[in-house]
Amino acid sequence: MFRYIIRRLISAVLVMFAISVMVFLIFFATPGVNPAARIAGRSASPEVLRHVSIEFGLDKPLPIRYLIMMYHLFIKQDLTSYVNIGYKIIPQIIAAAPITLSLVFGAALIWLVVGIFGGMIAASNRGKFIDPLIMFLGIATISIPAYWLGEMVNLLTQDKLHASLFPWLPNGGYVAITSNPWEWALHLLFPWLTLAALYSGIYARVLRGELINAMNEDYIRTARAKGLSERRILYRHALRCSLITIVSLFGLDFGALIGGAALLTEVVFGLQGVGWLTYQGLTNLDLPLIMGCVMYGAFFVVLASAVVDILYAYLDPRVRIVT
Amino acid sequence: MRDLKVSFATRQGVVRAVDGLSFDVGPKEVLGIVGESGSGKSVAMYSILGLVRDANVEISGSVKFQGREILGLSDKEMQSVRGGEVGMIFQDPMTALTPVYTVGWQLVEQLRAHNDMTKQEARERARELLAEVGIPDPKSRLHHYPHEFSGGMRQRVVIAMALSCNPKLLIADEPTTALDVTTQAQILDLMERLQERHGSSIVIITHDMGVIAEIADRVIVMYAGRPAEIGPELDVVRSPRHPYTWGLLGAVPRADVKNRRLVTIPGNAVSPLAVPEGCAFAARCPHKMAICDERPPLRGAHQHLDACWLTDEQRLAIRSVATTRGES
Repeated sequence: MFRYIIRRLISAVLVMFAISVMVFLIFFATPGVNPAARIAGRSASPEVLRHVSIEFGLDKPLPIRYLIMMYHLFIKQDLTSYVNIGYKIIPQIIAAAPITLSLVFGAALIWLVVGIFGGMIAASNRGKFIDPLIMFLGIATISIPAYWLGEMVNLLTQDKLHASLFPWLPNGGYVAITSNPWEWALHLLFPWLTLAALYSGIYARVLRGELINAMNEDYIRTARAKGLSERRILYRHALRCSLITIVSLFGLDFGALIGGAALLTEVVFGLQGVGWLTYQGLTNLDLPLIMGCVMYGAFFVVLASAVVDILYAYLDPRVRIVT
Repeated sequence: MRDLKVSFATRQGVVRAVDGLSFDVGPKEVLGIVGESGSGKSVAMYSILGLVRDANVEISGSVKFQGREILGLSDKEMQSVRGGEVGMIFQDPMTALTPVYTVGWQLVEQLRAHNDMTKQEARERARELLAEVGIPDPKSRLHHYPHEFSGGMRQRVVIAMALSCNPKLLIADEPTTALDVTTQAQILDLMERLQERHGSSIVIITHDMGVIAEIADRVIVMYAGRPAEIGPELDVVRSPRHPYTWGLLGAVPRADVKNRRLVTIPGNAVSPLAVPEGCAFAARCPHKMAICDERPPLRGAHQHLDACWLTDEQRLAIRSVATTRGES
């Protein structure tokens, strides 16, 4: 098991390296495009262009340019945005990361609890009224786009019903958990619910399907023939085997969200997290910022999938032996 | 068991999977149930334990286990019967164990569900059980997962599990079908040995006449959910009375006759949706008569019963012709 973890982490590092090369090539070595102009942004002066050329070593060979870029990104951490003059990319991302982490952690907690309970209740009440009801709610929350749901929530809680029902709700923004945990939770409550709605639906539906499949397996029949209670069969046998799927799904979703995929929720609620930062980078064509965000997002996706694989091996003994 | 009927309501109509099956199993007796796929042999045994989980199923009849009616018991009451008083062995050992737990864990789980035992006691008993079913190095094997065992070894684990609570009755659903031939013989030997030691009765479901000859005391031959012939193993194998049993026995490949074509029973098994009112086998029977449109009763002498309208003289004549032609 220990060797497996080490091997998995080494391969994660290799994947990260490959991604950094790819990102670098896509942004700075696409043929026929002047990289200096791209970095400097729209309508930059010749002076700025020259400055960019020197700073990024654009007259040097490609591998050297890659190393210079990585040096600026990770070691000196002084890659600077030319569009928003003077903003350093890395500190900006580091400042935004806690907001995204807070948003995604809270939402993940909610959607795991709601999704797993929903899936289990639906699966064990198959054929009764409650099962299709939960599945309908699931498909409804999946189908509602986060930006619409978020705007509606804002409209109700901040405007229409703010005076009557939600006077206790702060007017958006973010408070760090270190400064005031209660305010932190209060500010994030509706963003959490909005983000969790979509994933709760997906997880409840996936888990229901997995459980129903598992309940038809031979080993469930064996468990029944052993004289175990239905409850124990559902929890200890069917759910335990279905969790393998949920864990892999969760890891990928979680990694992608931490990496900035919660963009819509962040933008709608004005949370200045990494997704919001990416959005800013895209609207301003701020190439260094976009690159920084992509690298950051890729890092979390790769990390999450490594953690998932390790958890997977823990949950499913069959995986351990193969490697 | 008296007049067990199991039917499923489907979109195409009512499927009568088991249609009037009655038998007794004495203490320490090994009863074999043979029949083609879909003849209702497994469904009959699953339904008496409440293992047929289908909203469209209808089960009627009476099943008395040690004097107690067990058909229609609540799930809760059934739990102590399943795994406690009645053990079960399944066809495919590859999928019969939960893949994410060690075999020791799964044995302990069952032991603790039926007995008041501490974890240590259950663990110790699990080790004994593995040793008893002939798994080498049982102490360390307790910590292994099902996928780390071979098919035969896994079936031994399943047998250990079925026997763990000293059941009075063991139901074995094609326990050797998924195994290769040498392992089959080992597993049958093991079952015989354990049966002698534990004194449980066994109902063994199979489509292999060889397995029956090896282990069974009495045999039920089933066709289309109905019993075709019931009798002591030697009588049924040596002097079968029902044309369907003739066909089954004729289909067993023989090593002593060279260049013999594999004999089959002509036609396909009757669709469970369209079992005729009369004899179910009539459509495939080479000796069909007019009276076969009526359902034949199960009758005979010396515990050897069959459901066929042929008279003893007719059977004798047919059999002697077949023997001289070297077909039977």
